[in-house]
Amino acid sequence: MFSYYFSLAVRSLKRNPVITALMVAAIALGIGATMTVFTVFHVMSGDPIPSKSSRLFVPQIDNWGPKSHRDGDNDPADQLTYTDATALMRAHQGVRQAAMYAAGFSLTPENKDIKPFFVEARATYGDFFPMFETPFLFGQGWSNTEDEAKAAVVVLSKKTNDKLFAGINSVGKSINLDGRDYRVIGVLDAWEPAPRFYDVTGKTFGDTEEVFIPFTHAIEQQIGSHGNNSCNDDPKAGWDNYLVSECVWIQFWIELPSAADATRYSAWLDNYAREQQRLGRFTWEPNNRVRDVQAWMVAEKVVPNDAKVSVLLAFSFLLVCLINTIGLMLAKFLGRSGEIGLRRALGANKAALFAQCIVESGVIGLAGGLIGVALTALGLVGIRGIFPEDVAHLAHLNVGLILLTVALAVVATVLAGLYPTFRAMQVQPAWQLKSN
Amino acid sequence: MLKMTRLEKVYRTHLIETHALRSIDIHVREGEFVAVTGPSGSGKTTFLNIAGLLETLTGGQYMLDGVDASKLDDNARSKLRNEKIGFIFQSFNLIPDLNIFDNIDVPLRYRRMSAAERKGRIDGALARVGLASRMKHYPSELSGGQQQRVAIARALAGSPRLLLADEPTGNLDSLMARGVMELLEEINRQGTTIIMVTHDPELAARAQRNIHIMDGQVTDLDEQPRLRSSTPMPDKNTHVA
Repeated sequence: MFSYYFSLAVRSLKRNPVITALMVAAIALGIGATMTVFTVFHVMSGDPIPSKSSRLFVPQIDNWGPKSHRDGDNDPADQLTYTDATALMRAHQGVRQAAMYAAGFSLTPENKDIKPFFVEARATYGDFFPMFETPFLFGQGWSNTEDEAKAAVVVLSKKTNDKLFAGINSVGKSINLDGRDYRVIGVLDAWEPAPRFYDVTGKTFGDTEEVFIPFTHAIEQQIGSHGNNSCNDDPKAGWDNYLVSECVWIQFWIELPSAADATRYSAWLDNYAREQQRLGRFTWEPNNRVRDVQAWMVAEKVVPNDAKVSVLLAFSFLLVCLINTIGLMLAKFLGRSGEIGLRRALGANKAALFAQCIVESGVIGLAGGLIGVALTALGLVGIRGIFPEDVAHLAHLNVGLILLTVALAVVATVLAGLYPTFRAMQVQPAWQLKSN
Repeated sequence: MLKMTRLEKVYRTHLIETHALRSIDIHVREGEFVAVTGPSGSGKTTFLNIAGLLETLTGGQYMLDGVDASKLDDNARSKLRNEKIGFIFQSFNLIPDLNIFDNIDVPLRYRRMSAAERKGRIDGALARVGLASRMKHYPSELSGGQQQRVAIARALAGSPRLLLADEPTGNLDSLMARGVMELLEEINRQGTTIIMVTHDPELAARAQRNIHIMDGQVTDLDEQPRLRSSTPMPDKNTHVA
């Protein structure tokens, strides 16, 4: 019967082209606006590492104390000091852990045809790569041995490898960063987690770093941070003073065996803070946090309130469009009371007519959804003027989103069609037949 | 075929009660051609709607082909209506954007017949009303008489036991009316029970039996069928008690 109802729906829609066009346009506009904003929101609020986001944690340690808290916000700083980061690395409480910070270099290629250029870098530990499941095109990340040896090794991003070595396997070759030679031991495949969760203190979205070097080597070479750096006091001049200061500038991630281990790790962190109390460094009770990836994204407000308001407004607009469609469908269905009454007289039960009206609603939704996909694609081009470029370029239509757009349109329109359908079901066949 | 016992129909609003039918007793036997007459507002159409299961009764009992229709739910009534009753309306009630074939197909669709069986029945019904060559035409392309023939074909395609006709010639000129009436008589001769509501005494006279309704009550009833005034009815008397 579905094909019969479908053909009746198409015929019915052709019968009133103006009303049909208005309904389809209302759905398409509502869906287009909603899906455009939702696509951006989806990118911003997505789980960047779904396979293990519940087992990856960021520890926060309150090293500044209550005096630093403002406006009732009791949250500790979102980065660690060098002292705490290295202490946590030494404690080795997780399956894997990595301290890290953003750096930057002038890269001088061996190929003299390519001019030196600036690269964003990440100084981290070897666990970074298996912990975040980074895909490798060639070679691999470095091991604990190289961490301990403070080795001058480097992992290149795919884009950097393409630029420097035309995409061939460059493992074993050397590159020069700020005058120091580094041996390439691995090349990443395309890797662009969105958001760039492992460091949201700076660039939240966009490309990952172009080169990765060992944290221990970077510290030894006194390579300064290019990322966010916060101090509550003058750290005094000199690298060593900076390292022992209470400035926070290091991100830290730990992988625990399971989500339940967070409680154990949190207790360990409190013990660590108490030890710092005993040592006289902290004069306040432990005030630490252990957050998994999703909780961290919320705490860091990766999705700004503006984006949430935009989604709310877009869905409100869709609601307005659907209310308009309900009115139009009501007029359309009740305008067909005669036919509905006749079909009842000829043997259609209420379920059959319900199915017929709902299929017709679905066809309107399908048409609106398909046009809505085109409008969403246009909208995503248009949002480049509203959202930051690094977010906007991530937001694009894929098969899943196209299917979601069409499905949302069909479901929303079918729901909108329920009331008109219900009213149509109340048609008394006898009266309608006589009135005809 | 159809037996109504002390049947009542009351329309109620919060202000008034209207007794459309009052304690009606009617018995129509299989194969009969019965005309229901009466002035406007007398309750003829209400009677026909209840007979056709388009409306529920307020009281009494209605037996249709051995089934107590007064106790059926909406689904069961739809099924019974679809399988046993054919309707012919004064205003034809064809769906304008369906061609003739698809219009006749409507009741068959709700029986979930195969496409081949539906086609066979539609072809047969159109042949019976002499419109086999018009199956791709739309209602607006046919005369009133032809449209009523299509409506009759639609009613016949489901092989109903009972045909209910509400002023079937009311919108036709005399020539077309005669053709439609002859077709109904032919259908009746082939065994289908027909109940026809009409204002026209001439048409009523062509039925085997008349039931006159006034103010919701049966005021005059031929208990026994009689020969049609214009057309002989061979063999029919053997069908009726």
